[in-house]
Amino acid sequence: MNLLQFLAVPLVTCLLIAGTPRAVYNRMFALVGTAVQLFLVIYLIRQFIAARIQQPAEVYFLQQFEWFPTWGIQFQIGVDGISLSMMLLTALVVLAGVLVSWNQEKMSREFFFLLVFLSLGAYGFFMSRDIFTLFFFLELAVLPKFLLIGIWGSGRKEYSAMKLALMLMAGSALVFIGLAAIYQQAHSFDLAILSRHAFPVSFQYLFFPFLFLGFGFFAALFPFHTWVPDGHASAPTAASMFLAGVSMKLGGYGCLRVASFLMPEAAQYYGPAIIALSAIAIFYGAFVTLMQTDLKYMNAYSSVSHCGFVMLGIGIFNVTSVNGAVLQMISHGLMTALFFAAIGMIYERTHTRQVNELGGLLKNMPIISTVFILAGLCSLGLPGMSGFVAEMTVFTGAWQNTSGWIRLATILSCASIVVTAVYILRAAGKAVMGPLAAGWQNLKDAAWQEQLAAGLLLVGIFVMGLAPFLLQYLTGNEADGLVRSASSQLINK
Amino acid sequence: MPNLYTILTILLFPLVSFLLLGLTSRRIPKNLAGLFATAMMLISTGASLMVAFNYFTLAPATGHAGNFETIFRFPWLVFNEKLSIDVCIVIDPLTIMMLVVVTFVSAMVHIFSLSYMKGEERFTTYFAFLGLFTFSMLGLVLAGNLFQIYICWELVGVSSFLLIGYYFTKPSAIAAAKKAFIVTRFADLGFLIGILVLSYYGESLDIATLLQRLGNSSDGRFQSASAASFLGLSALAWGLLLVFVGGAGKSAMFPLHIWLPDAMEGPTPVSALIHAATMVVAGVFLVARLFGMFILLPDVMSVITFIGLFSASFAAVIACTQTDIKRILAYSTMSQIGYMMFSLGISNSGDHYLGYTASLFHLFTHAFFKSLLFLGAGAVIHLVHSNEVEKMGGLRKHLPLVHLSFLIACLAIAGVFPLAGFYSKEEILLAAFSANRFVFGVALLTAGLTAFYMFRLYFLIFWGKPADITPHHHGSWLMSIPLLLLTGCTIVVGWLPFGSHISWGGITHHSTINWLFSAAPLGISAFGIAIAYIKYARPSDRTSSSDSAQNWLYRAAFKKFYIDELYLWITHSILTPLVARPFAWFDRNIVDGLIHVVADGVASCYYLFRKMQSGKLQDYLLYFMGGIAAWMIFFFYLWK
Repeated sequence: MNLLQFLAVPLVTCLLIAGTPRAVYNRMFALVGTAVQLFLVIYLIRQFIAARIQQPAEVYFLQQFEWFPTWGIQFQIGVDGISLSMMLLTALVVLAGVLVSWNQEKMSREFFFLLVFLSLGAYGFFMSRDIFTLFFFLELAVLPKFLLIGIWGSGRKEYSAMKLALMLMAGSALVFIGLAAIYQQAHSFDLAILSRHAFPVSFQYLFFPFLFLGFGFFAALFPFHTWVPDGHASAPTAASMFLAGVSMKLGGYGCLRVASFLMPEAAQYYGPAIIALSAIAIFYGAFVTLMQTDLKYMNAYSSVSHCGFVMLGIGIFNVTSVNGAVLQMISHGLMTALFFAAIGMIYERTHTRQVNELGGLLKNMPIISTVFILAGLCSLGLPGMSGFVAEMTVFTGAWQNTSGWIRLATILSCASIVVTAVYILRAAGKAVMGPLAAGWQNLKDAAWQEQLAAGLLLVGIFVMGLAPFLLQYLTGNEADGLVRSASSQLINK
Repeated sequence: MPNLYTILTILLFPLVSFLLLGLTSRRIPKNLAGLFATAMMLISTGASLMVAFNYFTLAPATGHAGNFETIFRFPWLVFNEKLSIDVCIVIDPLTIMMLVVVTFVSAMVHIFSLSYMKGEERFTTYFAFLGLFTFSMLGLVLAGNLFQIYICWELVGVSSFLLIGYYFTKPSAIAAAKKAFIVTRFADLGFLIGILVLSYYGESLDIATLLQRLGNSSDGRFQSASAASFLGLSALAWGLLLVFVGGAGKSAMFPLHIWLPDAMEGPTPVSALIHAATMVVAGVFLVARLFGMFILLPDVMSVITFIGLFSASFAAVIACTQTDIKRILAYSTMSQIGYMMFSLGISNSGDHYLGYTASLFHLFTHAFFKSLLFLGAGAVIHLVHSNEVEKMGGLRKHLPLVHLSFLIACLAIAGVFPLAGFYSKEEILLAAFSANRFVFGVALLTAGLTAFYMFRLYFLIFWGKPADITPHHHGSWLMSIPLLLLTGCTIVVGWLPFGSHISWGGITHHSTINWLFSAAPLGISAFGIAIAYIKYARPSDRTSSSDSAQNWLYRAAFKKFYIDELYLWITHSILTPLVARPFAWFDRNIVDGLIHVVADGVASCYYLFRKMQSGKLQDYLLYFMGGIAAWMIFFFYLWK
């Protein structure tokens, strides 16, 4: 299967959107384009499974083009189970994002253009098999966010857009230093070649932090997470969904695929530090969330806490925990997108996100309120939904590490599920349950496109939560192979 | 061996009811929804009675508790080679007994609710939630994997949350639902870490495998788990204690009991099902399930004993002072579960694990008479429209059937011969007598208190000065059926040969009544009933309860010994201002502040450099000459 079409479809969609003068068609093109992409991704997964059964390999459907031959830079894309599941996540979140922005009035053409363009960056990133290509797409996925927040945002949008863009650029700069050093050492950007290259230990110790912290900016690693609350709170709904659902996963994916995979010794050496930072993000993030009164700030800080599980899994770096990290990336992507969608729907109708001003919405908006409650239940790790599966895998993986301090970090991370329950139930108890607050009598419930958006994400959440073996079938081997190849490198030395 | 499809019928019919009603809640007529859910539940109950009958009679002694037959296994989530969550269906006598209890009480509650919840706006949703709860509870008792228990454990927790918060516009109901969920969540954290510890040392999540490995003192894994020690206790003891914390939370054991009285905000039939008969005994079930591991650790067993014993007497004292009919019953539930807990704790090989059998026997009988009490209370509340016993009185004329069934249930819980409660409590006391005289003494006193507060409640409701009630609808015949059936059960289930089917270690117990021993519990119960009669039965004595309000002990008990206040103080005066708020401040000011410092640093650099580009020739000349001077100084004096 030609992987270029996964870049071509969003690109063509973008061009079509840019080319149409009438606002009505923009959204149609955006919807059709993203829906086609979703079907293509599902089809690709089928093809992938068939190909894997036939001939197991490290990368499937690989495509290479010379890009800057003088420096050995190739445009190289290919997929494996992990990148496929991330692409599926992207497709779901973008389609849901287009649906909830259906009634976008202000500059709708530019809005949909940027949203689809963002997804192009994400698809490219997840498919890259060459770290220069990867970096190219990483950069591609930053700038549109700046515009989306700066133009269509709310509140202190200029400040937030600037903060987000600058902090992510700082992250990219660190990543770039790491990539340049790798190239200088190994004279290649090709992941397949690099993964067999033995980097000297001193080199790893020096440059691993650049790569890991650089991607850590994207993944909201403590203390580089402060762009998250401001950025999300100011972003329009679809941008929040994409930002939390997909963009933050670029960081986790990068840490796993580039930093820890290529430099396993440094990953082991810095493991305790990563684990400490993630445990802080999880536990401290949960308590900070407790004090938030704005729903978007609440979900943003909760994302910091939940993304900590991803980094915890990567920091522990055994088969179970890395598997858990991948599961958590997907689970959190779906769940947080759903949560932001529900918050956006409430905000669109009430024009407030303050928990204290809302109340009793279940009475007249049963569908939106149910979606809100379901997103909350997923967030607090209710079995049967995706969050539980991912968190338990991370915890079980983390517990296999016998060090006392790491056990303590694991216990603290586990303890966050109690705090999560507190803030979720508090928000749900006030905003959607309770007596109907004054002023909200005549609110309309979700329209068809909003129901469809929520339905899509909920299907993902429930399928993953009820049948985790399906997703594990897709990603399990890869996480396994990733950790094993990295640790075999450790043993060989 | 029971047929897999029969077991699946039992398990999945409530789920079907939940899914169908949940997805079509607005579109189907309410009556049809209720009847459908009830029919599903009746089929499930019928199947489980059939399974139980076949299991216990036609093929006797298929196995004692803990001797599992796994009839279904599917790897659901594989963590690594050793650890995986398998969805299992596991059969042993304990499971079969629990299946009967859960489905039967649930069916009774379904029938009762058809009439009790009539006219509610979210009638269909109510039955959907009941289905979800029943499914989760059945999944819990059928589970063969520790994580599977945890999954169902959380699911019963969330169904309990949804049902307590059923009246979602009522702030007190939401507060109670949140409290129940959060307190049990806190306990579940212990359970989760306990699972991690046990699975790490046992290298499996499968309960049967764990029992083989960690419940066997000659196994290497048991020895390594006992050898590893942390803060003076072995790792195995920590694991089991943490699992017990989870059980104590669900079973409302001191000090994690605070959610149970508040949970009475839910509809009364829900209290009968979840907060009396089934979910709250999950903790007892859990300890019984893992009994093979607990029994090897005397320290953990004594913790269970004393937590159980203390909860039993503590709750009984509080129950004597409360005035809300459902809260009295809630404390009574807590007290009776305390009996079950300490009975497990004192169980030892000396008397062939009589405590184990006694505990589960009490669980079994208690389910019937306690749900009967709650349904009776529901009928009373339906008539009076209040939970306060002060507003009741003389109701025996209005509700003759309820009166009779309530009386029988009160006699049963007080342990009066020949009702069910007599047999099970007798066995517990007998086990306590042979294990520990102190435990026996406290348990005996608590039995007296139980008789007193139950008959205080009974006399306050049904005797005394008749309350002025406008006699209107007394509830339909639908409410009478469950009352009659449960009354029948309350009388007869004590006569079942329970000990010959459910016991630990493959030894059967034949219940024989030792009248000499029974004299003490019977006597103290009669004493308790007599005091209640003297104090509360006559109309003129109604106000006397306020006299004792002067007593500090009474006031403390009435205020539930200020445990709720203690928790509020911890969360509101310690966790929020000393942890959460500083963290939030730290994040906005220090962490984000540092980011701003960096940004400002960069900004001040460019201000500095911008000023240099002034456009004045003199300035540039100055920089130029300054630069030359600096280089010259460098070359002439510093360069060697």
